[in-house]
Amino acid sequence: MLKVTIDNISIEVEEGTTILNAARKIGGKVVPPAMCYYSKLKGSGGKCRTCLVKVAQSCTKDTRPMSKLVASCSTPVQDGMVVQNLTSPEVIEARKGIVEFLLLNHPLDCPVCDQAGECDLQDLSFGYGMEETATDDERREYPMTDIGENIKLHMNRCILCYRCVYAADQLTDKRLHGVLYRGDVSEISTFINQSVTNEFSGNIIDVCPVGALTDKTFRFKSRVWFLNPMNAHRECTRCSGKVAAWMFGNEIFRITGRKDQFGEVEEFICNECRFEKKDINDWVIDGPRHIKRQSVISANHYEETKKQSLIDPIEGKMHEQK
Amino acid sequence: MGEKILLANIDIPGIRGFDVYRANGGYAAVEKALLEMTAAQVSAEINRSGLRGRGGAGFPTGLKWSFLDRKSDKPRYLVCNADESEPGTFKDRYLMHHLPHLLIEGLIISSFTLGVNTCYIYIRGEFKYLVGILENAIREARQHGFLGEHILGTDFSLNIYVHPGAGAYICGEETALLESLEGKRGNPRIKPPFPAFKGLYGCPTVVNNVETLATVGPIVNMGGDVYAKIGRGKSTGTKLISACGNINNPGVYEIEMGLPVEDFIYSPEYCGGIARDKYLKAVIPGGSSVPILPADLILNTAKGEKRLMTYESLAEGDFESGTMLGSGGFIVYDEDACIVRNTWNLTRFYHHESCGQCSPCREGTGWMEKVLYRIEHGQGRMSDIDLLVRVAKNIEGNTICPLGDAAAWPVASAIRHFRHEFEEHVLHPAAVLEKERSLIKFF
Amino acid sequence: MKHSNIINHPQFTREGRPVAFSPNILNKVQSLMNRYPEGGQKSALLPVLHIAQEELGGYLSVDVMDYVAALLGIQPIEVYEVATFYSMFYLDKMGKYVIEVCRTGPCAISGGEQILAHLQDVLEIQPGETTPDGVFTLKEVECLGSCGTGPVMQVNTEYYEKLTPGKVDRLLEELREYANKNKPGDSTWVKKFC
Repeated sequence: MLKVTIDNISIEVEEGTTILNAARKIGGKVVPPAMCYYSKLKGSGGKCRTCLVKVAQSCTKDTRPMSKLVASCSTPVQDGMVVQNLTSPEVIEARKGIVEFLLLNHPLDCPVCDQAGECDLQDLSFGYGMEETATDDERREYPMTDIGENIKLHMNRCILCYRCVYAADQLTDKRLHGVLYRGDVSEISTFINQSVTNEFSGNIIDVCPVGALTDKTFRFKSRVWFLNPMNAHRECTRCSGKVAAWMFGNEIFRITGRKDQFGEVEEFICNECRFEKKDINDWVIDGPRHIKRQSVISANHYEETKKQSLIDPIEGKMHEQK
Repeated sequence: MGEKILLANIDIPGIRGFDVYRANGGYAAVEKALLEMTAAQVSAEINRSGLRGRGGAGFPTGLKWSFLDRKSDKPRYLVCNADESEPGTFKDRYLMHHLPHLLIEGLIISSFTLGVNTCYIYIRGEFKYLVGILENAIREARQHGFLGEHILGTDFSLNIYVHPGAGAYICGEETALLESLEGKRGNPRIKPPFPAFKGLYGCPTVVNNVETLATVGPIVNMGGDVYAKIGRGKSTGTKLISACGNINNPGVYEIEMGLPVEDFIYSPEYCGGIARDKYLKAVIPGGSSVPILPADLILNTAKGEKRLMTYESLAEGDFESGTMLGSGGFIVYDEDACIVRNTWNLTRFYHHESCGQCSPCREGTGWMEKVLYRIEHGQGRMSDIDLLVRVAKNIEGNTICPLGDAAAWPVASAIRHFRHEFEEHVLHPAAVLEKERSLIKFF
Repeated sequence: MKHSNIINHPQFTREGRPVAFSPNILNKVQSLMNRYPEGGQKSALLPVLHIAQEELGGYLSVDVMDYVAALLGIQPIEVYEVATFYSMFYLDKMGKYVIEVCRTGPCAISGGEQILAHLQDVLEIQPGETTPDGVFTLKEVECLGSCGTGPVMQVNTEYYEKLTPGKVDRLLEELREYANKNKPGDSTWVKKFC
């Protein structure tokens, strides 16, 4: 076991654990934000740079700090490593810079975006974004496309995290979409006009950290914070059938995977469960899902929680409620 | 003056062919290494020589080789980085064009030392005409028993293949090069793991620059200690410098490390002074990525010492008043050069060549280019200059690979040393544009 | 270069036209694939795409890329991803001679921009366009690694260095004459000029 200290909290982890996963073990606000890393997708991470942290001491033997900030999602822990996340002003500054880059060409069309309310980039901008924009240049615009019958691709919103590419690679047998071109004109696309039809393809919607990939069957139907996410299950031959059903009264508006506290789905679900089973009789409803107190989705959401104080929004956003 | 090690025989007619190369002492180093030395002994010679990577980073070659995972039971690979695409750099092309066998010789000895049986030369796609030259040299070497099975009757076998790229600067970065060699997009890999452990096909791999590998043969011939005596301090041996820009004699020169920069620019043996008797304005001494320095700081350090062509002397003063030797792409600007236009041009290059994988480089390079375009074309604002400094700072050090730094440094250094020119562009755009139009100094 | 914020990559379609290498070229492709270890045949993608572009029409159509994917046993999207990443692969029909003018730093200060302007004037096309007779395509490219002998341009695979408008005119004339004399599709013609 290796000992690592993150923001003055020490923990022992197994060899090969990354700094991010060690921080997730500690939990709470020491967990760096991650826009591209997804623990269930092999090879993901390292690209968005929002999880940069400072290594103040490399290991017990080498007490020097690392010269650059490192991506916590892809840097393995060494014994005696000392990491600074929120305690390092340098990290906060760098992260602000990264958020500025991510937002530079992001359309900020949250009012009409289906992801609003459950968007990682929204949360990130809330925590680290600047109040004013430093540019009045026009933003990059791509035409809107469908990739697959039920999946809408808004390339404008994409932050090129590559998660959907890894998901397609690892969940489906034939990947049909990928990242094309390069630099700031690269895009997620199928290149030729073709439909992504694999029965697990819907999961690329769940792994998308922003509103680039959205569920067409839910498009403009409702804001997520008007809905109650319920744990539901059904007998499914393809997947576990364990889903989150987003309901209003007795009506199911959409089905997604069940997301954990880090925004990752617990199990990937199949397209039939996701897109076709919208009738309440298709499902056994197990009960309401837990929602973070700070999430906008918690509005109109009744659930017994511990009493807690009103803390400042940034602190609160990062603080995990149990 | 100055000893020639790599280019000593370059003027001999026919040196590109095997026979002439062999008759002039070629492949003696291979015979010496394979027949008289052990791999450990060759390694030791390279360590003693103090040879440092000639691709830009200047990392000690012996040390890099020592990192190679020798415990792994997977095959090992040596990859020669011939993806020379750094603006201002054309030394490897010159070397491969004229002395392909020098590279092959270096590859054989290095592979022998590293225990490698398959070696790839990743060459940039635009240098297609060099593929033929290299493949021909490989064929000749094979015919004469220097490649293939049981080289010189030993147990050592080696195959060398030339692999063309297809137009991407980023593939000069070693992990992007390996991705590209595996037939993928040239996206740099997240490190760790380093190529020494997980490189090509997940196997232990060493990636070295053409010039570095070409130097291995001569070092084996003369001995590491002798090589280390050439040069100055930790910058041992000689370095190929490709000089271009507003000078009288652009070209590739082999210099002994430690040559004063002033001599290099003004000596008739090298650059031969500034063209059209103009004044020297600025120099980028190590390929477009390294910081630009104004004339006074490139000739003398901030402390007033003569600036020398060594890794250390050029870096003297860090980024405040120094720069880097980099890949040796020496770009000279005369008094008429517009630093703003040049910075915009280089930033456009990095914008075009960014792979787009990580956000600071993908978004930042394009942003800087837009702002610089605006300033250069008379629509800049005063606040744009500080904005550029801030964006460059936010990119630097925060990216997956060094391309982010390479894009940030030219901008940061140009503003550091030539801020008045940027201000001039903002304040008097019409006058600046007029001046530039009148300066089209072409044939 | 003017900045446009609209990014509209062209749409490509699979036409389903059969394409194939000649047996000779297939042998060459096989020997290329043998250079890489078992399981690493995808490595041959870049070299094979170069050959495909040269042999099968001067650019990489969807059909050609699908064919290459099948040859190497990989998914077509893997080929599209690579073909769109590298600047030497063309996705659209090009002229017989693709003139690529270097516009980067060292070439720019030695007159590269003027050479480009001259070519635009003479050929009456903008960068990225092809002359109506299909002989020339003009392209701007980044550093060709020929900074000491700038301005430089590459015509197909050949470098032309230390250019002046006079040299460019003579070269264009020669190329056009040659193009008129020879059958179309003969894009591998190489001629020393400088």
